[in-house]
Amino acid sequence: MPDKIKDIIDRRDGKKSSLIMVLQDIQKEYRYLSEESLMLVAKRMKITPSKVFSVATFYENFSLEPKGKYVIKICDGTACHVKKSIPILNALRTELDLSEEKKTTDDLLFTVETVSCLGACGLAPVITINDKVYPKVTPEHVLELLDGIRKEEEK
Amino acid sequence: MRIKSVKELEEASIKFHEKLDLQEIKVLVCGGTGCVASGSIEIYERLIELVKNKGLLAYVRLEEEKKGIGIKKSGCHGFCEMGPLVRIEPFNYLYIGVKVEDCEEIVEETLINKKPITRLMYRCSTLTEEVKEIKFTKAKSPIELTEKIYETQESISFYKKQTRMVLEHCGSIDAEAIEEYIAKGGYKALAKALTKMTPDEICKDIIASNLRGRGGGGYPAGRKWAQVLAQKSETKYVVCNGDEGDPGAFMDRSLMEGDPHRLIEGMMIAGYATGSSEGYIYVRAEYPLAVERINTAIEKARSFGILGKNILDSGFDFDIHVNQGAGAFVCGEGSALTASIEGERGMPRVKPPRTVEAGLWAKPTVLNNVETFANVPLIISKGSTWFKSIGPEKSPGTKAFAITGNVNNTGLIEVPMGTSLREVIFGIGGGIKDDKKFKAVQIGGPSGGCLVEEHLDMPLDFDSLKKVGAMIGSGGLVVMDEDTCMVEVARFFMNFTQNESCGKCVPCREGTKRMLEIMENIVSGKGTLEDLDLLEELADTVSSTALCGLGKTAAGPVISTMKYFKDEYIEHVVNKRCSTKTCKGLTSFTIDGNLCKGCSKCQRVCPAGAIQGKIKETFRIIGDRCIKCGACIDACPFKAIKEV
Amino acid sequence: MAGTMIVDGRRIEFENEKHLLEVIRKAGIELPTFCYHSELSVYGACRMCIVEDKWGNIMASCSEIPKDGMEIFTNTPKIQKHRKMILELLLSNHDRDCTTCEKNGKCKLQELAYKFGIRGYRFKEFNGKQEIDNSSKSIVRNPNKCIACGDCVRVCEEVQGVGVLGFAYRGSKLTVTPAFNKKLAEVDCVNCGQCTRVCPTGAMIIKDETHKVWKVLYDKKKRVVAQIAPAVRVAIGEEFGLEAGELSIGKIAAALKRLGFDQVYDTALAADLTVMEESKEFFSRIEANTNLPIFTSCCPAWVRYAELKHPELINNISSCKSPQQMFGTVIKEFFKKSDAAEEKETVVISIMPCTAKKFEASRPESETDGIYDVDTVITTQELAAMIREAGIVFNELDPESLDMPLGLSSGAGVMFGVTGGVTEAVIRRGLMEKTSESLREISFKGVRGMTGIKEASFEIDGRTYNFAMIHGLGNVDKIIEMVNSGEKSYDFIEVMACQGGCIGGAGQPIPKDYRISKKRAKGIYNADSISQIKRSEENPMVIALYNGLLKGKHHLLHLNKEKV
Repeated sequence: MPDKIKDIIDRRDGKKSSLIMVLQDIQKEYRYLSEESLMLVAKRMKITPSKVFSVATFYENFSLEPKGKYVIKICDGTACHVKKSIPILNALRTELDLSEEKKTTDDLLFTVETVSCLGACGLAPVITINDKVYPKVTPEHVLELLDGIRKEEEK
Repeated sequence: MRIKSVKELEEASIKFHEKLDLQEIKVLVCGGTGCVASGSIEIYERLIELVKNKGLLAYVRLEEEKKGIGIKKSGCHGFCEMGPLVRIEPFNYLYIGVKVEDCEEIVEETLINKKPITRLMYRCSTLTEEVKEIKFTKAKSPIELTEKIYETQESISFYKKQTRMVLEHCGSIDAEAIEEYIAKGGYKALAKALTKMTPDEICKDIIASNLRGRGGGGYPAGRKWAQVLAQKSETKYVVCNGDEGDPGAFMDRSLMEGDPHRLIEGMMIAGYATGSSEGYIYVRAEYPLAVERINTAIEKARSFGILGKNILDSGFDFDIHVNQGAGAFVCGEGSALTASIEGERGMPRVKPPRTVEAGLWAKPTVLNNVETFANVPLIISKGSTWFKSIGPEKSPGTKAFAITGNVNNTGLIEVPMGTSLREVIFGIGGGIKDDKKFKAVQIGGPSGGCLVEEHLDMPLDFDSLKKVGAMIGSGGLVVMDEDTCMVEVARFFMNFTQNESCGKCVPCREGTKRMLEIMENIVSGKGTLEDLDLLEELADTVSSTALCGLGKTAAGPVISTMKYFKDEYIEHVVNKRCSTKTCKGLTSFTIDGNLCKGCSKCQRVCPAGAIQGKIKETFRIIGDRCIKCGACIDACPFKAIKEV
Repeated sequence: MAGTMIVDGRRIEFENEKHLLEVIRKAGIELPTFCYHSELSVYGACRMCIVEDKWGNIMASCSEIPKDGMEIFTNTPKIQKHRKMILELLLSNHDRDCTTCEKNGKCKLQELAYKFGIRGYRFKEFNGKQEIDNSSKSIVRNPNKCIACGDCVRVCEEVQGVGVLGFAYRGSKLTVTPAFNKKLAEVDCVNCGQCTRVCPTGAMIIKDETHKVWKVLYDKKKRVVAQIAPAVRVAIGEEFGLEAGELSIGKIAAALKRLGFDQVYDTALAADLTVMEESKEFFSRIEANTNLPIFTSCCPAWVRYAELKHPELINNISSCKSPQQMFGTVIKEFFKKSDAAEEKETVVISIMPCTAKKFEASRPESETDGIYDVDTVITTQELAAMIREAGIVFNELDPESLDMPLGLSSGAGVMFGVTGGVTEAVIRRGLMEKTSESLREISFKGVRGMTGIKEASFEIDGRTYNFAMIHGLGNVDKIIEMVNSGEKSYDFIEVMACQGGCIGGAGQPIPKDYRISKKRAKGIYNADSISQIKRSEENPMVIALYNGLLKGKHHLLHLNKEKV
């Protein structure tokens, strides 16, 4: 890991102002920001660990816990909320045995989280699975999608 | 290709235009986030494949020398609800809800035989012309006698009543092709600015146009520029705020996706006008397509020599970087945004110094939002007098709105400032869905306020809205019908702002949290009249003393709903009733013994085990076990279960 | 910009005040604040300093620029209402166990809640209790008391350049914490304790060790010996209403005797020894031309900082123990025989202006032959608390003298309490000319004053020596960079972690305003000027020790670095 993170930092010229981009790149690579990787970032970019930690915990998109292979985001923007996004969330949580606190399945396959407006309000309610947008979703539909992924994974 | 001078730009424009003319038929598949999500990319690819299979020339880029059919991914057409959308020029047919299976017919019928496919066209009852009595049916339902089919995009009332100026290219050109932008006269405003105007003249021109910032407050953009120009500093920055975080707003996203070069051009003019050679675009992380399109556009502009050193041989240098947000609504606030670009926590800082004096890296900074910059090329090419002729004098120009919620036609629209809310909601938006009654519209996102029936004829402009305690904000319009509980709406927004508070200042960090707790109490039936007083006091302190604009407006939804819907609040806390049955804490489910046949379906679906009974006898719901999920209502074949 | 403002109807002239707040305070109005400290950057988060202009606009005075002709009101009904609400909001997320809080009586939140008449509570009870971090030797962090004013974060980063504290998360979940929610002992904290000095509540407090002292004071088997650091004498009076800078060494001695201490000494004697040892080391390094510049080693926060951030400099730091540790060794050596004869155990209690001294005393290398040189360190504040607890009326105490023979020290030794003092003492030792005229000259050559980085050059024996004096750890890296780049060349660098030197230590009474450190410094120089002995080498006790107890045992005064 150190080498890969070193590369990521060097790609961003190692400038202190690139911290957020570096964290984004690391998150993309490892799906989360481990303490180990953040300490490496602090050391190499000459930023205090507390600063790195404070930036990493400020932004919603950074996760300090490992995320699942499939990250399902349920839009809970105004339009989606009005068009019943919460039943979709509940259906997923029940199916995957997740909750507000527990967002990732133990097998690290799925992470379920809510997201503020994705800007696709015309298609509400909307969810994304690894950034692919699914429009006009229903609880039944989302469970079908899950089955699809599971079957794909079994192969 | 490199464009090294104004002359070369003009030549390129003519050349690209000629090539565009070679495309006898142009197929514009909407490539906005909405339509992409509904499968437009597959349609785009299928169309190319089919056209090629027919032995026809499919133009994807402006490089052919022979006549053929142009097939392109355009920016957002705006009518997202009807997507995926396909527009076909020169007939201006607009096909809605297109599926991959329709492609063959489109190629055969329209592209080859040049005939419309009415089945794919937008249709609605002719009564729609009478603005208030819109009837709307989807294409799949049986065609009524009175139904009208709208062949061309321009004839649909959703489009007819708009003035698409800033969004003119969104949906009409290939969003990824700088060539098409240049063909349509793109970068000519930049050329004019660089060769015929001094920075001072540009600032004066923008001041004269009275272009006001489209991001919220409506501060005159020209004045900002002039202040930055007056700063004595070697380094200055132009920053574009593309952190459109308001739920229900996506104007800036559509612009960035659909016409990225217009944004680049606007920023470059701002750079030249203020003495800056570096620009930053800060885009929300939730907009990956916008980031991709902008990055492509910047690359293209660099390779054409439009961005870089000695642009158009004028001695002016400019380049643009793109920063992606990482999920923080507060970064839409200027100083939080610049802090985020600097790699810090996005916490607003105290002012003064103002951004124009010490913004990004403490250097003088022009900070405008996407739509504001997108207006600039128009003003420079057509002049400030022309611009001022559109809309009211004090808020001239157009404004893009994202209209969503309980309205028939949702989507992205652009109208002259000063257009009435009624025109927008009933004229363009086609009225309230399912013929319900209009209740309110939330304008300006969670920081805005709600407008009600009495405001319907009010002109939408900065000053009129300010007078009634609302704001345009970035331009989100969420329409709510009679079935919407305004207390719950206020709670929803409170939850949003509370969640997005950066936590720096006490009124916002603690105040919004306490307000949310009170709102949660109210919607769950635990509120008291004293809570309403405390809520009002809190709202006053938060809006008077918070550090940044976000905090100051965080209580907005509570204040405005309390102003217009106090009765609903009282109903919740005194009568413990939610008349719209939205607040589950205040409703209960019952089974109507007369209708129940005792089939046990409800019992089987109930996730909480709250339904008891014997087969063929009336079932009953145990109140304290019921989680009010509504699964039983959906499951009951006899409609015996009701929420009261 | 100068001009006139109208504050609550009164005309107030202003000159170069940066913010409205300063102008208003100049006008004699004590605006409430939590997050404003003149030495820190303006944060603007507590919103308590709000004022109203004549149009009814509300603004935070800490961040507003004074303008000529401006008219503002500081106490309108609107302002009052908002301030009360802000206080209520702070209390709503605060562990309100005030009666058992260490900050009870000294807490800003408590004080303002009282002043603003907060008598009721309208929100739900605080229930977010988090674990208290007791891991550090010097500091206790209690997140349940934190009001997120950020003062500690800024002092740690901006003034001390350490940056172990930061904000984490956001919104109502915002906390102030070391990275990864670690404990203070697990991160690069240097224990300077400046966070406790600025914290308005009980979220960052000095680790209280008075109970350990009480325990030994009543133990007949113990010989309890106190050493009082130079800076304590000019500050402890503030706890009892005396003017800052007033010399109270006699009163302290009297108080300690009443509390039951057996022997009371002055750490300044060990400072004199430090001058002797460090000068010798300095000139021998000059001769050998190795490990230069030499850095002072008296400040434990600085030593820790160097170990963590500049390990390459370890060999440049003087090998001398700090005066506290030297004295501990000497005292224990001194009483060795008597202890054996009387079957007693000598316990050394130091009274220090410093929180890092607690950490220093507990380090493994602070042991000699398995025995800690110093047993317990209490700060000026803790001593004041003990005096109050014992019911001693400090102000009315008749001064008593220190115990002999170890109570004898020079003015040079006392100067260790202020920035530049070590340097000045070393120069007094080094200069050949030993007249009172030369003493005056030294003091005018740049060693005194409150500038963060001071420089002075002296010619000794035909060679010019360059000295640098730094206080406030945040200034250290600048000097190190300049030395590394060759921009500057020094022979001797004195580093004190706290602003003003030890007089500004975190263990001192919390200063009421920024003028206090100047007054304390004046007190130190005053102590020097009334001292009979000006130079360390002239201290008869120093001579006696070298001829007696320390003969052939100089190593006792140096660190065994292998232990580090």
